[in-house]
Amino acid sequence: MTRIEADRELCVSAGMCALTAPEIFDQDDDEGRVVVLDARPSADLREGALEAARLCPAAALTVHEEP
Amino acid sequence: MTTEPLTFPLTSGGTFSPPKELMAMRGERPIARVRYPDGKLGWMVTRRATIREVLANPVFSARQELRSTPFSGAGPTPPAPPGMFIGMDPPDHTHYRRLLTGQFTVRRMRLLTERVEEIAEEHLDRMAAAGPPVDLVRAYASPIPAMVICELLGVPQDYRTRFEREAAEMSRRDATPEERQHAMVGIFSYLGELVGRKRVEPTDDLLSGLVTDDAGLTDEELTNLAFMLLGAGLDTTANSLGLGTFALLCHPEQIPVITNPETVDNAVEELLRFLPVVPGTVRTALADVEVEGVQVRAGESVMVSLPTANRDPERFTDPDALDLARPAAGHVAFGHGVHQCLGQQLARVELRVAFPALFRRFPSLRLAVPPAEVPLRDDMIMYGVHELPVAWDTES
Ligand code: HEM
Repeated sequence: MTRIEADRELCVSAGMCALTAPEIFDQDDDEGRVVVLDARPSADLREGALEAARLCPAAALTVHEEP
Repeated sequence: MTTEPLTFPLTSGGTFSPPKELMAMRGERPIARVRYPDGKLGWMVTRRATIREVLANPVFSARQELRSTPFSGAGPTPPAPPGMFIGMDPPDHTHYRRLLTGQFTVRRMRLLTERVEEIAEEHLDRMAAAGPPVDLVRAYASPIPAMVICELLGVPQDYRTRFEREAAEMSRRDATPEERQHAMVGIFSYLGELVGRKRVEPTDDLLSGLVTDDAGLTDEELTNLAFMLLGAGLDTTANSLGLGTFALLCHPEQIPVITNPETVDNAVEELLRFLPVVPGTVRTALADVEVEGVQVRAGESVMVSLPTANRDPERFTDPDALDLARPAAGHVAFGHGVHQCLGQQLARVELRVAFPALFRRFPSLRLAVPPAEVPLRDDMIMYGVHELPVAWDTES
């Protein structure tokens, strides 16, 4: 099972995650920082989550694989 | 092994290509010595992975007063004035950037799409009325980003023509340094007045939002922030539109990919990847640090070449080909790390609207001069075309 962790302190609000995997990530209205909509996305969204984590300019996203 | 350090200016690699020297070194020497025009020795990095490493490492400072730049005649740069966070490090950078980021979210920018569409259509109407040939840079590529920034900042309608003129003046090829300076001072003092007006009468725009924010920004900070948005958002987008249209006219078979709503988003990412508009950015080491096995000393400036990273075969297959259908995500046209472009979602909206609108309105759009006669901006901070004479068939 995939679990998403987002570090809002590291986040620089570039929006790459909300752009790449809108099913999983959004940005808050105030500062545009990452909001995780779906912390345990289904398997078909896993690739998008990984891509978002790779593209994040602040390395604020971690994708955990859990049994 | 001793090799002569690279010096500026570099040699053009062709109309749509990064400089020759940088393309040649990427595969062999991911970090190489350069001598900046100020005489100081520093480094150049060209690989995508190395660039991301440098831009993500806080040992590399963005403080503008510390760095050498590849542009000659720039002279020593004073520290960033209050508000201009592009040349600051955290925590100052973070403080200012966070005041703006809420205005630039993916969602907010999508809401702006309709307004950008109207602006594009107005300019296409004017082009149609003027009739061919027209200079696409003056008629379309430059005014659209200028009008969009006016929209964002809440610049009133009555000032926009003057604003557009002064903005064009700042990046005009044959403008003298005095003319450029004059236009800059004009815009700057106008923005100062605008801040004053928004204090008295806040409206529904970014500047008013900042004026009324609890952060208590001073007039100086607000004016500088507004000026920075202009500086960062005009020439970048305008040159992407101008050079992008040139590239598409040289590859007309790919135009349907960008006019198709299903594929336009990726087509725009590919143009961002392919077009060497922003030559790079510079960081300065605050302490000794190792990069690709090389010792970078404290105080040395490292230039990262974004266009060569976007052609890195480690990430992109057949990287020198423009292919609007390829997966283009992962380019670094907007930089990387904490300074990654704040306006990127807005830039995407502008490009996703402006390219398709242009080619839909004028399906027969073509260059009005041979490609070799299009004047290139290889003498400017931002690469692109000075002019793009275009023509189309008119029914009569
Ligand atoms: C295609 C168009 C654009 C390109 C290629 C582009 C590229 C870039 C790049 C490479 C950087 C990083 C600079 C560095 O690391 O030193 C940057 C930063 C920035 N850009 Fe853009 N940009 C574009 C459009 C815009 C627009 C439309 C705006 C705003 C209206 C904007 C606002 C900014 C700001 C404020 C920064 C500084 C961010 C920071 O320091 O945290 N840009 N841009």
